[in-house]
Amino acid sequence: MMILSGDPPKSRVLTLVLVVIILALAATPFLFPGAKALNVAAKICVFAALVASYDLLLGYTGSVSFAHTMFYGIGSYAIAIALYGMGPNWAAVATGIVVGLPLAALLALAIGLFSLRVAAIFFAMITLAVASAFQVLASQLSWLTGGEDGRSFQLPELLRPGTVLISKNLLGFEINGRILTYYLVFATSAVMILALLRVVNSPFGRVLQAIRENRFRAEALGFRTVFHLTYANCLAALVAAGAGILNALWLRYAGPDTSLSFSIMLDILLMVVIGGMGTIYGAIIGAAIFILAQNYLQSLMGVASKAASEAGLPLLPGLLHPDRWLLWLGLLFIASVYFFPTGVVGRLRNAGAKKSADTSH
Amino acid sequence: MTELVATDPLPKPKRDIAPILLPITLALVTIPLIGSPSTWLTLTAASLAMGMMIFIMASGLTLVFGLMDVLNFGHGAFIAVGAYVATLVLAPFAASVQADSLWVNLAVLAPAALLSMAVSGALGLIVERVLILPVYGQHLKQILMTTGGLIVAEQTLYALWGPQIIPTPLPTSLRGSFIIGDVAIAKYRVLATLIGLVVFIAIQLVLNRTKLGLLIRAGVENREMVEALGYRIRRLFLGVFMTGSALAGLGGVMWALYREQVHASMSDELTVLIFIVVIIGGLGSIGGCFIGAILVAMVANYGGFLVPKLALVSNILLMVAILMWRPRGLYAVTSR
Repeated sequence: MMILSGDPPKSRVLTLVLVVIILALAATPFLFPGAKALNVAAKICVFAALVASYDLLLGYTGSVSFAHTMFYGIGSYAIAIALYGMGPNWAAVATGIVVGLPLAALLALAIGLFSLRVAAIFFAMITLAVASAFQVLASQLSWLTGGEDGRSFQLPELLRPGTVLISKNLLGFEINGRILTYYLVFATSAVMILALLRVVNSPFGRVLQAIRENRFRAEALGFRTVFHLTYANCLAALVAAGAGILNALWLRYAGPDTSLSFSIMLDILLMVVIGGMGTIYGAIIGAAIFILAQNYLQSLMGVASKAASEAGLPLLPGLLHPDRWLLWLGLLFIASVYFFPTGVVGRLRNAGAKKSADTSH
Repeated sequence: MTELVATDPLPKPKRDIAPILLPITLALVTIPLIGSPSTWLTLTAASLAMGMMIFIMASGLTLVFGLMDVLNFGHGAFIAVGAYVATLVLAPFAASVQADSLWVNLAVLAPAALLSMAVSGALGLIVERVLILPVYGQHLKQILMTTGGLIVAEQTLYALWGPQIIPTPLPTSLRGSFIIGDVAIAKYRVLATLIGLVVFIAIQLVLNRTKLGLLIRAGVENREMVEALGYRIRRLFLGVFMTGSALAGLGGVMWALYREQVHASMSDELTVLIFIVVIIGGLGSIGGCFIGAILVAMVANYGGFLVPKLALVSNILLMVAILMWRPRGLYAVTSR
């Protein structure tokens, strides 16, 4: 319980689902051979941490930020530019981390101090404006960021797929640099999620929840709400930048599409809402469901679209085209805000709470 | 103590003219910086036209927020839909659009614009009923729902008319410029400025001279009080929402003709722009929105001419500067 900061999943089904997801992620390199499965698993890890950090903002403080991908992008670009410029060595990795994380935190501080003073709605609008300006900036400063093409780079020797750490004839399977990188991503994401769990269950996290429920009352109790909100914003930005670093390390690439685009922001929003806002655990479930669906359902849509066009149906081929994935996502998003505001975790917890209430009577 | 007599007019609230002076000062300050007076006049005319178009798009958003505390993140969808409707309706009438007569051109343009407004307004009705009504009073869910609405609208446009850019030809008689001395002012910009001024004056007249406007302004200031007096503020709100959507549609048509193209994701860049305008102006204030729109357009035009590199972030810098000066925007109308 120590490691979960005294905030267990509180539902038997939920615990089971979480354990299955985490075990599956931990054993992916051995259970599911092939590059695609490993890519999907790494993406789930990165996004679980990213979405958990967003949950700190959306679920625990109730403020909507549209700049979360900006921090994610700062992390990605910092490591990519450092490794691109300084060559594949560990000093470059360290430089990227040392530059990227404080930069994200400082920017979050500036945005927070600036827009969290006034109405909460300002925050949403201002983050949207700043994020879009940053996106334009990143694509224009092509000497630094590589513009629309982004930056590809080499990893340090140890993390390369060609590096064989334990050869096949020793254990029956090969452990190479790629698998080591995967476990680096997995472990760092897990540490970040546990740290976030620690934050939300601290007295500080309770104040955040108080601000979410009634900012005026929290202020009347003597809490400096601007300080708390800004602090939370900086923490979330730090973790987002950390997730960005992991993402870039895994992809060996940072570009506008993989780390800055507005559609990633929508993905994050959707994962938080599906998983359940204000639970942190929701991030893991939301990311797992969403990314599995994105990777395996999209091809299904392609099949359906083809079938519809062969059957000569009007409109349907266009609506079912794999590129129209976002359309269905948007509908799913509206439906889940409307029908499942508490998400999967909230549902499971409620079901569990009802059962235990029934048995105690 | 002065004695108040019933026939005395009510004491007038103090007029706050500092924000009005702001764009005028900005325009005057840039004269020596730009140097050539004819370039300055062209740039100023361009700023006014662009500002009016942005104002038309943003006015609905700011009123809806002021009146009902609803922030519609999907406002950009109405702009895109309006632009698409006009483009698609004008396509079969290419001959009339190409005709070299102002009246023939306007005879197809005006109905197309009206139709766009009607479609956007009808879409506004659906959005209000389906997306906003169920989550009324919950900011967080409003933002999420309307963002979802924007995605769905944008993707539907993609699915129906494809990802390619569709050209919207400007009518022949609106092409070219008026040339006065060595100053060239594009004809379409004059028309856009005129339409913008008409819309601004119409909104001001309705808000300040009619009973409906009185109710809307009272609602902005104190919603519960208006409700307590027995007015159905929900219906009033629906009306304002639909009008705002229709205006966004009109703005979309004007923007499409200005850029001479439409694209399904055109609402993205415009959403950010109108958000900045609404923030600068002060949420809920039409006057502030008007000044904010002109300021944003001026900074874009003058800035783009003087320091092209800065143009990318000039809007953000402008917003930061204004909010440093007045944290709630130029005119803080609402008590929230």
